[in-house]
Amino acid sequence: MEDSMKKILVVLLMIMTVASLWAGGKTEKSTEEGTVSTDTSMPLEGKKVTVFSTLTEGDFDACMKPFEERTGIDVIHEPTRDFESLITVRVEAGDPPDVAIFPQPGLLADFAADGIIMDLYEWIDKSYLEKQYNKTWLDMSTFNGELAGLWWRVSCKSLVWYPKKKFEAKGYKIPQTWDALIALSDQIVADGGTPWTIGLESGGATGWVATDWMEDIMLRTASPEKYDQWVAGELPFSSPEVKHAAELMGQIWLNPDYVYGGATGIVTTPFQNGADPLFTDPPKAWLHKQANFVVDFFPRKGDEMKTGDIDFFYFPPIDPKYGKPVLGQGEQLAAFNDRPEVREFMKYIATGESTKAWLEKGGFISPHNDASLDWYPTEASRKIAKMLLDADTVRFDASDLMPGAVGAGSFWSEMTEYVAGKDLDEALADIDKSWPR
Amino acid sequence: MPKNRNKWSLRKILIRVFFIILPFVILLFIRSSFILLQWKELPKYLVFIISIITGVFAIMALFFSLDRMVSQFPRTVSEKIRPYIFILPAVAILILYLLYPMIRTVLISFMDSKGKVFNGLKNYIYIFTDSHMLVSLRNSALWIVFVTFFTVALGLVIAVLVDKIRWEKLAKSLIFLPMAISFVGASVIWRFIYYYKPPGEVQIGLLNAIVTSFGGKPQGWFLLKPWNNFFLMIIMVWLLTGYAMVIISASVKGVPKYLVEAARIDGANEFTIFFRITIPYISKTILTVATTILIMVLKVFDIVFVMTNGQFDTSVIAHRFYLESFVYRNFGRGSALAVILLIAVIPFMIWNIRKLYESGGSNG
Repeated sequence: MEDSMKKILVVLLMIMTVASLWAGGKTEKSTEEGTVSTDTSMPLEGKKVTVFSTLTEGDFDACMKPFEERTGIDVIHEPTRDFESLITVRVEAGDPPDVAIFPQPGLLADFAADGIIMDLYEWIDKSYLEKQYNKTWLDMSTFNGELAGLWWRVSCKSLVWYPKKKFEAKGYKIPQTWDALIALSDQIVADGGTPWTIGLESGGATGWVATDWMEDIMLRTASPEKYDQWVAGELPFSSPEVKHAAELMGQIWLNPDYVYGGATGIVTTPFQNGADPLFTDPPKAWLHKQANFVVDFFPRKGDEMKTGDIDFFYFPPIDPKYGKPVLGQGEQLAAFNDRPEVREFMKYIATGESTKAWLEKGGFISPHNDASLDWYPTEASRKIAKMLLDADTVRFDASDLMPGAVGAGSFWSEMTEYVAGKDLDEALADIDKSWPR
Repeated sequence: MPKNRNKWSLRKILIRVFFIILPFVILLFIRSSFILLQWKELPKYLVFIISIITGVFAIMALFFSLDRMVSQFPRTVSEKIRPYIFILPAVAILILYLLYPMIRTVLISFMDSKGKVFNGLKNYIYIFTDSHMLVSLRNSALWIVFVTFFTVALGLVIAVLVDKIRWEKLAKSLIFLPMAISFVGASVIWRFIYYYKPPGEVQIGLLNAIVTSFGGKPQGWFLLKPWNNFFLMIIMVWLLTGYAMVIISASVKGVPKYLVEAARIDGANEFTIFFRITIPYISKTILTVATTILIMVLKVFDIVFVMTNGQFDTSVIAHRFYLESFVYRNFGRGSALAVILLIAVIPFMIWNIRKLYESGGSNG
């Protein structure tokens, strides 16, 4: 009798304990929610905002100084060389940064479609944003009526860099057409030099330099409408337009006399070192096509431009029918977490003030309308900013707009293979095959 | 039953109740510490202290208290429950972190890129028809055959050779040294060995420096298909030879001297002894080492990622899996690749474990 009573007692006790555990768990949860709600009333002093990016460390931090001093919010910058893969890993692991700086709108669009990006129209007044940015910039980061990102830094890719003083001493002239560009290359070869230097290696992103070339040539040999169709996947890579662009690129890239180190040199040189041969005496190469941010990788970080040792010219038009198009690119900031300090941070990002420190240092173009042209340190950077304004057509880097499997995958890798000797038709067909449909 | 055993004093009941409740209290404590750890504002030192207290002491206390709780039941019952109580956490963790993700991966492998819509066998068909995938599969096969063979062969030869020399310890330490370097670290080192600079520049890559010093032309080693695969494999052989050598060496020392002596007296030379006595005697160890290395090779990713990022036909299955899952965000295909990798590993795993049981110390 007593034994069974004992058992009943034990069972009863166990049920009670489990019940108390349940209740205990519930109270824990409510206190947790309580702490979150008290957060809003707390001052933002000492709060942290983590920013995940591909930007160089010091420059970004300098831009954040005024904000940190004013609000007391600590902006923690985590730069990486492998953004494309790491951001996906972090999001999948449920540990996204507060804010990420996306170099690729395609990837941001993917995340926005998944519904994990905060709608910035809810955080910041729409009419204010329309005053701060030109419509095209806002349009490019709006998905399903939600603003996923704020453009912060833009760059112009249609630039060819050259060692100005030595270039002029040799009597070379800046080419105004594609034919003149090829003629100049031939002239440099005839003088015993090497015209071009190209660096394609970029870790997990190897190949993007080649796709930039392709896109610039596409804009100069096909209509903007064709370009948009190409980006949308309606114009296949194996179409005559795209193939023609690749062949024109190959005219320079695959000519071992034209490029320093030949195809092997292209494929194995890190893009950061791509411009190095311009700086030797005499220059080991004379021309380097790269976006304006390449200035950061010059040996003297851009002082070369102030002394007039190096300058750039506009990558010349090919078919006069399409005028002077410009290929642009940029980075936008998107928020993953909704906290008061993150909202404050994004509001700051929408102001030109947030770019001032880097703007004044050089190598930076701001998309903000309230960023004064007077802030630009050199005539050159003002020239680029104006180039973006005066362009007949501005188009965004196509590989960044294409689906990840192409834009961050086969387009990069197949163009690299093309340089390394793969048959062009085969490479283009392989890109078409990888397009997710 | 003796009377005093059935006597139920209040004190005894309370003690019993206390021991039955105790594990639940500790569980509650562990749970609330988890909730506390999720709080983002928590200072770092508190995170540290709580982790130590929960991770070490609370878990220990949980096991002891569970043991005491089981003891409160009648002896016949408690002895039956006890083993399960002890094995329960391990099984639960195994199910949560291994079995559940595995089943989910298999399910997703039959779905589309987002892992949401059923897709049939499309992912598998793609893997076995796409030219890039086929190259990756071929490379994985090459890695399995060559890395495993050369690692074990070199390990065996070195183990037997150093057994005969006076500075054995030094030689073994030197060969074992690369084991201490991570795959990524080793890849960075080897990048400098293969580094390419255009002709006429100072070659900072060791291999190209040697080639040019003999009057040759510098090579872009990673562009030489299909040899670039072997340039990558060398890294893994370099890393793992020490491991194979150490284990095989221990086993070589277990070969009885009298067998070798007897063979010598019968007129066997060193080669005959090596192939007819040493190898058969330590064959089980060799096979165990080979399967262990084989499983490591199947999972190789770091070397390919750091050296070439799979470019120029050097990708392997694990690297393709990474590309599909994390760069192209095609979870269906990524999972299908993971499943293929899993299926490829399983037979070796089973075989390896069975051999481990069989050997049971018999081969030293």
